[in-house]
Amino acid sequence: MAETTLDGTAPEQSRPAGLRGVAADWASDQRAFKSASWGKAMMWIFLLSDTFIFGCFLLAYMTARMSTTVPWPNASEVFALHIGGVEVPLILIAIMTFVLISSSGSMAIAVNFAYRRNRRATVALLLVTALLGATFVGMQAFEWTKLISEGVRPWGNPWGAAQFGSSFFMITGFHGTHVTFGVIFLLIVARKVWRGDYDDGARGFFTSRRGDYEHVEIMGLYWHFVDLVWVFIFAFFYLW
Amino acid sequence: MVDATPHAEQGIPPAETPELELYHPRGWWTTYVFSQDAKVIAIQYSGTALAIGLVALVLSWLMRLQLGFPGTFDFITPEAYYQFMTMHGMIMVIYLLTALFLGGFGNYLIPLMVGARDMVFPYVNMLSYWIYLLAVLVLVASFFAPGGPTGAGWTLYPPQVILSGTPGGQGAGIVLMLVSLILFIIGFTMGGLNYVVTVIQGRTRGMTLMRMPLTVWGIFTATVMALLAFPALFVACVMMLFDRLLGTSFFMPALVEMGELMSYGGGSPILFQHLFWFFGHPEVYIVALPAFGIVSDLISTHARKNIFGYRMMVWAIVIIGALSFVVWAHHMYVSGMHPWFGFFFATTTLIIAIPTAIKVYNWVLTLWRGDIHLTLPMLFALAFIVTFVNGGLTGLFLGNVVVDVPLSDTMFVVAHFHMVMGVAPVLVVFGAIYHWYPKITGRMLNEAMGQFHFWVTFVGAYAIFFPMHYVGLVGVPRRYPELGDVAFATDSVHSLNAFITIAALTVGFAQMVFLFNLVWSLRNGREAGGNPWRATSLEWQTPTTPPPHGNWGAERPVVYRWAYDYSVPGAPEDFIAQNDPGSRHRGAV
Repeated sequence: MAETTLDGTAPEQSRPAGLRGVAADWASDQRAFKSASWGKAMMWIFLLSDTFIFGCFLLAYMTARMSTTVPWPNASEVFALHIGGVEVPLILIAIMTFVLISSSGSMAIAVNFAYRRNRRATVALLLVTALLGATFVGMQAFEWTKLISEGVRPWGNPWGAAQFGSSFFMITGFHGTHVTFGVIFLLIVARKVWRGDYDDGARGFFTSRRGDYEHVEIMGLYWHFVDLVWVFIFAFFYLW
Repeated sequence: MVDATPHAEQGIPPAETPELELYHPRGWWTTYVFSQDAKVIAIQYSGTALAIGLVALVLSWLMRLQLGFPGTFDFITPEAYYQFMTMHGMIMVIYLLTALFLGGFGNYLIPLMVGARDMVFPYVNMLSYWIYLLAVLVLVASFFAPGGPTGAGWTLYPPQVILSGTPGGQGAGIVLMLVSLILFIIGFTMGGLNYVVTVIQGRTRGMTLMRMPLTVWGIFTATVMALLAFPALFVACVMMLFDRLLGTSFFMPALVEMGELMSYGGGSPILFQHLFWFFGHPEVYIVALPAFGIVSDLISTHARKNIFGYRMMVWAIVIIGALSFVVWAHHMYVSGMHPWFGFFFATTTLIIAIPTAIKVYNWVLTLWRGDIHLTLPMLFALAFIVTFVNGGLTGLFLGNVVVDVPLSDTMFVVAHFHMVMGVAPVLVVFGAIYHWYPKITGRMLNEAMGQFHFWVTFVGAYAIFFPMHYVGLVGVPRRYPELGDVAFATDSVHSLNAFITIAALTVGFAQMVFLFNLVWSLRNGREAGGNPWRATSLEWQTPTTPPPHGNWGAERPVVYRWAYDYSVPGAPEDFIAQNDPGSRHRGAV
């Protein structure tokens, strides 16, 4: 993978390849990850920690689902939409998944344009990403409304185990919160790119640190993570 | 963005990262209150942790008064006793020890010891403290909530935790407790990310991972563990909050309370125990590993000898950290899980004894034929080794299923974990404060008060916890506010309980002397100079003491050697600082 760094932190040219390179990096001074800036390293480690949070949520849900004595509601019936006189199972979830994965695509292109200093394209793609993210959250709100109107509550539902509603609202809610925060930060990053903050090194409002175009990539790391987590939620909650 | 020392010299590679742009405070508020300087944040963390720790200390006195002299104090009702016990445990483990070791020592020592100017993201680091303070305030608020704080025991086991019979269960107590924990985890994550990235990516030139002082290794490994273990507690707290507020049944089975069937059903209390202990056991080592690291440096410095088996010490820390994630269910032998699980977790638990024993042997071998100075930090370090071995040995009893089952939920368990993760790390905290106070303030702590503090604390801790093992073996259960007239409790149990209480109050008094010493020496302590212990690691080599904002002068130090060059033959002094290039040709290291 090509190493992209902007802050003059390019690694030495003559580093050994493969496992020897890894060992050399960890045995070296100053930095263990030779091509990663502080911000990027911090985001990766945060995402590792966040993985454990989602992992615990999903494991707890699976334990609850396996240990409950009441039958679990059938996901493909619960999450079906009545379209044109037929029940289409999981259609909304399929669209939501498609939207979120598409947004990862636009995010990846935005990162590329950011490194090319193409501000106009970067802003456009960031806004597309934010729009797709907001659409996802909107559809999730629709899904919540539909389920609530059918009588699903955190403490019970008409079809079976009460833990169905509890887990559903908790896990999709926690993921939806992640997406919402992502959308907010996408808009902030888009605004900074639009104003040229990353070109003239304007200082952040809160942190008073200078930013650079790598922030778009760090934003992208978070966004792809949220997307990846959704794939697991989709697999374990909707398809199981 | 100019690199101050771009040239490579004598095998020291050139600087790879540009200088950290420091945020320069512009007034009193941003210098002392909303400061982004890791050293100020460290002092804020430590002060807050010690303050709330004082509350937990007073709570332990109240508990001991009740146990030693039952029926004497009317205001200590059984409900109040449970509340004291719960808050004492939770505060000591999380809000005192975790915050002090990682937020306090981590913030102060990591940037200085690895030769950085500050943490990599000082603003996030500052937020970390303020969210921690908020968590503490929410916790304190629960004392004033209707119904008082939760009295569910520090493990917060469901289903009793949110039943009306438990103090705070149906009031605000448990809600505030859970909210406070969630805030703590959010705040800690902000700081923890900083500590980890500073160690991995922010070291100075020449500072390889295998040249770092063991203090940094201990804090670093503990922080990585905390970033992976706290998520389980976070999830458990969120789910329990939903059980309490929204009426979900994640942890709540169908049950009858006061003759009425509750609306809960189908939840798994064991699930909570798994989540809690997946956090809870690593938490033991989150507290212990920084102590291991710090005590290694204290022993080496004050015995004027290099640490024995540095590489083994590093690997032992890393291996203990990794193993501690696969032992959690040894806290759950009596929970009714499958016996094969007990077999598995007993095996992994006992395997941890191997790297731990390596560390103890290496400490002792470091002392062997060393030039031991019985300074206050050294006294506390020696006391730690003895106490940790004592506490560890009773861990062998409790780690085996068949031995643990009869000992479960007795005072033996209380004595065990107080020795191994209460007294032992706290002794290191004291040793570390006596060791680094001169760097933080420029003055030494008063020696006479320190000697009094040490001997009363050390001897007193044994007077408290050694008899407690016996009381537990006789069969006295933990978490009982009053024993009453039971056949198995001999007269000696009752008199020992009174004895333990008096010892506990005496030890508590010694801590007041310590706190007084902290304040008194600020003005009246002996001038320390920059390196009173003649130590090698970088924090003692700062241009001024206390270190200024940005730590180093114009240039960051360059590191030429490990942190343990004490008593090197042929060297002009009995220590060679890490940034001393002088004797590279003399063949030292």
